[in-house]
Amino acid sequence: MKFGVVRFPGTCDEVDAYLAASRVGDAEILWHADPDLKGVDAVIVPGGFSYGDHLRVGAIARFAPVMAEVERFAAGGGLVLGICNGFQVLCEAGLLPGALLPNTSLKFTCRQVDLEVVNASTSWTNATAVGDTLSIPAKHTTGRYYASDATLDELEANGQVVLRYAAGHNFNGSVRDIAGVSNKAGNVVGLMPHPEHAVDPLTGSADGLKLFASAAAVPA
Amino acid sequence: MSKHRELGLTDFEYDLIVEKMGREPNEVELAVFSLMWSEHCGYKHSRPLLKTLPVEGPRLVMGPGENAGAVDVGNGLSCAFKVESHNHPSAVEPFQGAATGVGGILRDIFAIGARPIAILDSLRFGEVADSARSRYLLEHAVAGIGHYGNSIGIATVGGEIYFEEPYEQNCLVNAMAVGLIETDELIKSAAAGVGNVVVLFGARTGRDGIGGASVLASAELDADMEKRPTVQIGDPFEEKKLLECSLELLDRKLLVALQDLGAAGITSSSAEMAAKGEVGLDLHVRRVPLREQDMHPFEIMISESQERMLCVVEPDRVDEVLAVCAKWEVNGTAIGEVTDTRRLRVFDGDELVGDLPVTALVDECPTYTLEPAEPTTPLYPAPPKRIDTEDPGEILLALLGSANLASRKAVFEQYDSLVGSRTVRRPEQADAAVLLLPDPANGDRLTSLAPPRDDDAPKPAIAVSIDGNGRRVAADPYRGAVEAVLECSANLACVGAEPLGLTNCLNFGNPEKPHIAWQFSRAIAGLGDACRAFGIPVVGGNVSLYNEGASGPIYPTPVVGLVGELPDARKSGRLAFQHAGDVVAIVAADSWAPSNAASELSKLRGEVVEGPLPQADLGELKALHAAIRQAVRSGSLSSAHDVAEGGVAVTLAESAIHSGLGATIGRLEDLFGEGPGAFIVTGPADAITAFGAAAKVIGEVGGDTLIIEGAISVPVADLERAFTGGLADLLH
Repeated sequence: MKFGVVRFPGTCDEVDAYLAASRVGDAEILWHADPDLKGVDAVIVPGGFSYGDHLRVGAIARFAPVMAEVERFAAGGGLVLGICNGFQVLCEAGLLPGALLPNTSLKFTCRQVDLEVVNASTSWTNATAVGDTLSIPAKHTTGRYYASDATLDELEANGQVVLRYAAGHNFNGSVRDIAGVSNKAGNVVGLMPHPEHAVDPLTGSADGLKLFASAAAVPA
Repeated sequence: MSKHRELGLTDFEYDLIVEKMGREPNEVELAVFSLMWSEHCGYKHSRPLLKTLPVEGPRLVMGPGENAGAVDVGNGLSCAFKVESHNHPSAVEPFQGAATGVGGILRDIFAIGARPIAILDSLRFGEVADSARSRYLLEHAVAGIGHYGNSIGIATVGGEIYFEEPYEQNCLVNAMAVGLIETDELIKSAAAGVGNVVVLFGARTGRDGIGGASVLASAELDADMEKRPTVQIGDPFEEKKLLECSLELLDRKLLVALQDLGAAGITSSSAEMAAKGEVGLDLHVRRVPLREQDMHPFEIMISESQERMLCVVEPDRVDEVLAVCAKWEVNGTAIGEVTDTRRLRVFDGDELVGDLPVTALVDECPTYTLEPAEPTTPLYPAPPKRIDTEDPGEILLALLGSANLASRKAVFEQYDSLVGSRTVRRPEQADAAVLLLPDPANGDRLTSLAPPRDDDAPKPAIAVSIDGNGRRVAADPYRGAVEAVLECSANLACVGAEPLGLTNCLNFGNPEKPHIAWQFSRAIAGLGDACRAFGIPVVGGNVSLYNEGASGPIYPTPVVGLVGELPDARKSGRLAFQHAGDVVAIVAADSWAPSNAASELSKLRGEVVEGPLPQADLGELKALHAAIRQAVRSGSLSSAHDVAEGGVAVTLAESAIHSGLGATIGRLEDLFGEGPGAFIVTGPADAITAFGAAAKVIGEVGGDTLIIEGAISVPVADLERAFTGGLADLLH
């Protein structure tokens, strides 16, 4: 399994995502200006502040040349994970439903949170079990997941709500405690917390590694 | 008023400039001299004293004089670090002042080729409980630090904040940055090679920060806010691109020299590069990309627009350099050449508008001898009385809930402390932050990405801490400054780290006043003696003077940043109790003599700030710190926490709060006294026995209440409530 990690100007967590993916497979950095996925089997759109969050989070990155390829790749069933800013970019690109709004506190918050696995059958959660608790850090200013009630009902009915904040851990005010969602097919997943920062007990937790291991277990 | 006085130069200095020039300087030349000879750039009141600090050490790689210092952290790697102030801009506009303070210190790190990995901050404000202005400054400075550090993707891993009345008008914002580099890749800033090209890259140049170094940083701050236009505006996105661009240029070996643009902009960067290289530079101001088209040559030369770098490039590599700049969407422009004239010549088109002798600018700024005089009456009014109780339990709750000692969670949660995935000890987990080093056994290179290898090999790491207690320095400048070094070293010992190098930021009032000169010279003597006794070199730092206004001077505040190493991060110490049943012991020096002088309790009681502080036996404390360090490294201890503000009682309470476990402690001689030389450790009985006579068993971990016989019995939940709300409840 070869992971490609997208790097935009302003991306901050691409090296961490690269190193996390390297624990379960091969990895390569994908440059935003090159419309070329270099034959990878899975794409990670990592966290950071692509294009300085100018205009609106994720709004400019979504038009980067590499993103047209990511959209094509996703439409063909390719595995795509968006983390934090990457989640925002995938929502802007229409690859995932909903949107991320400013935290109710309006402040950047960096905190270790507990996540509850709601759907363990997506390409990025199949190494977990429904009901598992994952301890993973979250750190963002614009992480309040939002969608209309009708959309939310549909997401829940389709099993597209993948991860929820455990009770008392939803610091950003996300609707229905949603921390991560998938597309209908389950090959594209986005979440606000950072699994790439949780791959080694020495730095706090290794629970995030399960997401990368899930993708690695999907037949290429 | 004559022009030179408006620019902050004295008549004596002006006459000296005329003598060195051999004629009257023109407007451009005078502007350049006024900045290069400002206190901020020229260190004219501090240079003789700074020269007394020890700068030698076995692990020193780069000492004072370069953009940042560096120490060898093993395996061919060096750690670069420096602390710098951005006090005056932050007092005028706290968000941008603090943000650009972070941006500036980060540029110092990558200017020598190192990749920044961590930021720490040392902040001082007025009494946050009483002053809306201080709450405003705190909230906006914290937001500015977070905005910049988070957006650029560098972890803010530690810091400290104190609130004291003397900082009401002059807040302090000191930022420290830490970076890593392969030692043989370190780059210096000396321009070299006559005929080489000077390339400016990064943001466009505007009118922001014109004259900041002389106007803001080198004179007392008036109450009026007329100076707002001199505050720079930061753009972390631009700096993120500049950082990656700079490191790629260095990685591809395209640069002869590199220098960041900080105070005094192109002027000081180019003059310093030329002086170090013993060359001259010809600069063409009309080639500089501008934000505003009608800028005067002197404005272009002294603008402090952020996110810019200057480099020297061989002529046949210029195209390659500009291509890397284009890749990162960064402006890159050749603006001049290296000459053999030893002069900094400024051209506006074909017209020579400034012709300055480099040596006079950089190395011949006059220095002034201070005239210290010990004050005969207290310099600072007593703080307001806040408590009126003798009950030790009530005192403990008051201390834990006081703004100086309460939890900083409401602040540090606004910082990304994790980016880079190397943070082994986060804020409030230990006395110092612990950061993993790349593992060369694993093939890790800073410039390439090696997949991690899980094995049982030790995980080398560094630890960093920043500290400085102004009130204690005010009470006793010499011993207070000694304590700043001791406190940082104690913090490092508690995670198992050995100090390698120190950086300092010396924040004081107006040194032309004899009692400030006395504080300043005594504090530097203390810093120097402590560093010599501990064998720690001072690798560089920064001086911020004139921190005073109509209401008086700030507390003298030498801030110390310390970097150390530990062989295996898996054994990093923790401050929280870990296991019920563990033995609690106090490990103290024979010379440990805690007292109430200038303590947090004395402050709550409204007592006047006065010394003397307890004397530290530096030789004994060095051995004590080594003993704690060894015990932590052996992995036998459950927790280690040094006794600092609030004394033994607060130290025990903090270890309890962060674990949720109580403890039952026997009778203690001193609950709240302060003074260097003691640690609270917990662990199995045999781990404590290993300390020998230095350790005294005082109790046992367990239960949900902190009990100190004959004095205190408070549920940990109550301690936690006071500690958690003390600062957070004052903020929005």
